[in-house]
Amino acid sequence: MHDLEQLVAQATAEFFAATELARLEDAKAAYLGKDGSLTALLKGLGKLPAEERKTAGAAINAAKVQVEAALAARRDALRNAQLEAQLAAEALDITLPGRGQSRGGIHPVMRTLDRIEQLFRSIGFEVADGPEIETDWHNFTALNTPENHPARSMHDTFYLLDETGKVREDVLLRTHTSPVQIRSMLAHVEKFKHLDTMPEIRVICPGRVYRVDSDATHSPMFHQVEGLWVGENVSFADLKGVVADFLRRFFESDDLKVRFRPSFFPFTEPSAEIDVAFMSGPMEGRWLEIAGCGMVHPNVLRFGGIDAEKYTGFAFGMGPDRLTMLRYGINDLRLFFDGDLRFLSQFQ
Amino acid sequence: MQFSESWLRALVNPPLATDELCHLLTMAGLEVEECRPASADFSNVVVARILTAEKHPDADKLKLCTVDTGEHGVLQIVCGAPNAAVGLVVPCALVGAKLPGIEIKKAKVRGVESFGMLCSARELGMSEDHGGLLSLPVDAPIGQNIRSYLNLDDNLITLKLTPNRADCLSLTGIAREVAALTGAPLTLPAITPVAPTHSSTRDVVLDAPAACPRYCGRIVRGVNAKASTPDWMKQRIERCGVRPITALVDVTNYVMLELGQPLHAFDDAQLQGAIHVRYPNAGEQLLLLNEQTVTPTGDTALIADEAKALALAGIMGGEHSGINDATTDLFLESAFFAPDAIAGKARALGFSSDASYRYERGVDFALQRRAIERATQLIIDICGGVPGPVVEAVAEDKLPARAPVKLRMTRAAKVLGIDLGPAQTEKLIAGLGFAYVRNGDELTVTPPSYRFDIDIEEDLIEEIARLHGYDNIPASPPTARCEMLPLPEARRNAMVVRRLLAERGYFEVVNYSFVESSWEADFSGNATPIQLANPIASQMGVMRSSLIGGLVGTLVSNLKRQTERVRVFEIGRCFQSDRQDVTGFHQPVRMAALAAGAVHPEQWGSTARPVDYYDLKGDLEALFAPRALRFERTSHPALHPGRSATVLLDGKSIGVLGELHPQWCQKYELTVPAVLFEIDLAALLETPMPAYCETSRFPAVVRDMAVVLSQKCAVKDVQDALYSASPAYVREIRLFDVYQGKGIAPDSRSLAFRVTMQDTQRTLADTDADVAMAKLLEVVQDRFGATLRG
Repeated sequence: MHDLEQLVAQATAEFFAATELARLEDAKAAYLGKDGSLTALLKGLGKLPAEERKTAGAAINAAKVQVEAALAARRDALRNAQLEAQLAAEALDITLPGRGQSRGGIHPVMRTLDRIEQLFRSIGFEVADGPEIETDWHNFTALNTPENHPARSMHDTFYLLDETGKVREDVLLRTHTSPVQIRSMLAHVEKFKHLDTMPEIRVICPGRVYRVDSDATHSPMFHQVEGLWVGENVSFADLKGVVADFLRRFFESDDLKVRFRPSFFPFTEPSAEIDVAFMSGPMEGRWLEIAGCGMVHPNVLRFGGIDAEKYTGFAFGMGPDRLTMLRYGINDLRLFFDGDLRFLSQFQ
Repeated sequence: MQFSESWLRALVNPPLATDELCHLLTMAGLEVEECRPASADFSNVVVARILTAEKHPDADKLKLCTVDTGEHGVLQIVCGAPNAAVGLVVPCALVGAKLPGIEIKKAKVRGVESFGMLCSARELGMSEDHGGLLSLPVDAPIGQNIRSYLNLDDNLITLKLTPNRADCLSLTGIAREVAALTGAPLTLPAITPVAPTHSSTRDVVLDAPAACPRYCGRIVRGVNAKASTPDWMKQRIERCGVRPITALVDVTNYVMLELGQPLHAFDDAQLQGAIHVRYPNAGEQLLLLNEQTVTPTGDTALIADEAKALALAGIMGGEHSGINDATTDLFLESAFFAPDAIAGKARALGFSSDASYRYERGVDFALQRRAIERATQLIIDICGGVPGPVVEAVAEDKLPARAPVKLRMTRAAKVLGIDLGPAQTEKLIAGLGFAYVRNGDELTVTPPSYRFDIDIEEDLIEEIARLHGYDNIPASPPTARCEMLPLPEARRNAMVVRRLLAERGYFEVVNYSFVESSWEADFSGNATPIQLANPIASQMGVMRSSLIGGLVGTLVSNLKRQTERVRVFEIGRCFQSDRQDVTGFHQPVRMAALAAGAVHPEQWGSTARPVDYYDLKGDLEALFAPRALRFERTSHPALHPGRSATVLLDGKSIGVLGELHPQWCQKYELTVPAVLFEIDLAALLETPMPAYCETSRFPAVVRDMAVVLSQKCAVKDVQDALYSASPAYVREIRLFDVYQGKGIAPDSRSLAFRVTMQDTQRTLADTDADVAMAKLLEVVQDRFGATLRG
């Protein structure tokens, strides 16, 4: 029996000494292989007397189980070591930059327009659109601004030449998005002419507008968003509510002062300018003009085909360029139209 | 409109500090644009008289003066001013006085003690005049604080008036408004008719009564045109931003500022016979006071005598009939010109005047007689002279009507969202000085002659809202029917397209819609672009018909800023003449993208290469996926003729794709080639609803086929032919390799296709695949002369 113990100890030591799987298999063959010493002992059992055979067989088998366990343990250990070596060899510099295309970005003013659209959609406003070369009628006349009205000098208007080089008086580059009010009203009235009472109009109209003006705070082309809500019971208090709510949501700040100040626009009556003041930051405490608004002038409702006694409405026009500058702290309007990637890449 | 706060407070003086007064005006719709002090800040300067002025014992240019400062005593002061002389009354800064930049201390000047400083106007920050000591009138009260004596504690307030509030273009108008807002009493100067002391007159004939329904004229004889304007008047008009000129002109300006009535004074000696207000004769010319000779249009009213035109009515006087220092007899004009008759006229002539600015917005048509009396009195007081009777010509039927306007209080409550109630409403209307009658819910209001902006009920609603205060109207979230908005799944908005492009590395730009005309010629072949009549600059002279020029411009400017890799896009309108459209213009919204420089940002993990046609094609296809585009060879002025394509969707052309023509790269000095596409945005906004198609349970068979054919054969044609020849169970024919080079004839190339076959009803046999592959090979052999690659 002592021999068997020694054999197991020797095999275990030999297996442990094998540092590669191939050597381990060689060592295994010396004990468990066809000519291995344990195999030979088992083969030799037959020669033993029958009464010894049982105990000897049990002892040899026990030794074999032990050798096999030692073998399996060593095999696992070697495999693990091999895997670990492989993994270590495969390790990357995980700090190297990723591969492929970089991201571009959306223009900051478009980010603002998108936020404006989403906020107004959330209370049922649809988005409308209109031409930028606009008729004089839509841009001025239908907005209660007849020819020679002093308010026309408030906008320095771009006009076009016809083929013969004469100034066209019937069309212009729109000076505001307000003509889309007229287009929206006319389309809405036509769509619901079969009803006694038409559903409410709730639209916003974002877009480019043009005025003959160019300096650090004025661009000959800029953006506006027009808003219009017409219904049977739309009041100035509603206008204040909607615009103040919008401004707080847009700037994500309840800490924002909003004031409505009487003003004049030919297409609204009563009219107001909307000023905001931030309670902190670089603009702290300063009133900043952000939009013009008012109750839609009855003449404008009539030009839009709407009964001005039955329906009332409010309209506002705000400058998303200005809102964008305030939101992101941009100090020069001209950056928006300059296409400088060093500027644009800050808005990814 | 700039005015002096102290002048206003002389007319109405509410118990409000300056900033509160400014806030009040702003919140009433008279926006205060600026409010600044009339003089620099200084203290402890009093009126003093020079008693003695001896030469300084040790300095030739200095004088040793004793000055009487009243209650502050007689002081010894060393002074360097050349005009320091006995008897002169001057401002004296006492010891401890703080002047702009200096503090006055007791000092020794060349060994002599000095207890203060005698001041020039500049030392007090009042003007740039440094000619010597500021000489005050001899009767100035000795010892009085100079700030109160000269009324320096005043502010200059500038209003940014809206065009409807012409009534506030005068001190009287602003005062009236402040009185209505605060209830403070209004104390306007008393104006009494000046009795005529001679009987000379000129007849006035209104030949253009619609333009001029009222004209008052008066002859004042024997005036001293060289009289000097009193300081108080100079100060008031200066503080309203009007430069003092001569006493006669100053008086007319003073009355205009005080009452709002523009006046004109003619030299009576230059006039012949009656005064006519008439339209010009054909080609009639007039030399104006501003030395501009004009030929007024037929609808521009003139003031004329029996021989000649004298002035552009309500706009500007003529050079030859104006007053000067030699004038002794005046003909004074105070007229009402209708806003419609004046509107736009001065602007059309390229200038603006105080008179036309007021007339085109509306002057009180009941004011003319009071204004001429006020001016007469001031002229006589200052320049002497004797007045004749006032001649007034009036066309009553042409004067503006002041029709009563109804105000329903229930309507006001509906429009404003707040019910002010009858008591408050009446109080506000009465406070404005508007005459009204109440009948139940309804007030019938007659607007005064000075208000040109009260025509309809809403105008009155604005008045009461304004006076009540917009701040006092609640900001309430509205209630409305709660209905969901339509959200069509087969449409997406432009923001989705923007995000897709941003994900693919493009930055959005916003370029001007007006461009250089050469861009139109170069990139669109457009020799007759839509021209602006009044461009802001010549390089912004025409409307773009394509976004390409702008993107090339963006590329150029970024290359100049050392940004070598540029990927940009723009979404915007383009403009084309089109008689079909109501405006005469077709104005589609387009999307264009341009890429130049390396396809990827410089990086360690991939080989750098410039962006090419196929990169942009891939981007474009990804934008439209899952819809398939077709590309047909095209020629486009902006693009490389061999590397450009028309983009078709469902057989319709929707845009172009290609590499910028090398000639433009050269002209615009581009160091890298640029590839671009321009597409109608509308095509991008439609996106199909997914439609389910049953997937097969049976295994797919995949076979490859490489064929060699001429390079002239377009891959799309080959692929189309393959599809058309394939049995129904061919699912996909994918091009997976293109090879040119060793083993292939120089003008040929090898195309390798992977054909995937699968049936939904059965497992395909090898023979099925063999049949299909044979058909595919046959069609490319027959149609394109292809051979199977060995």
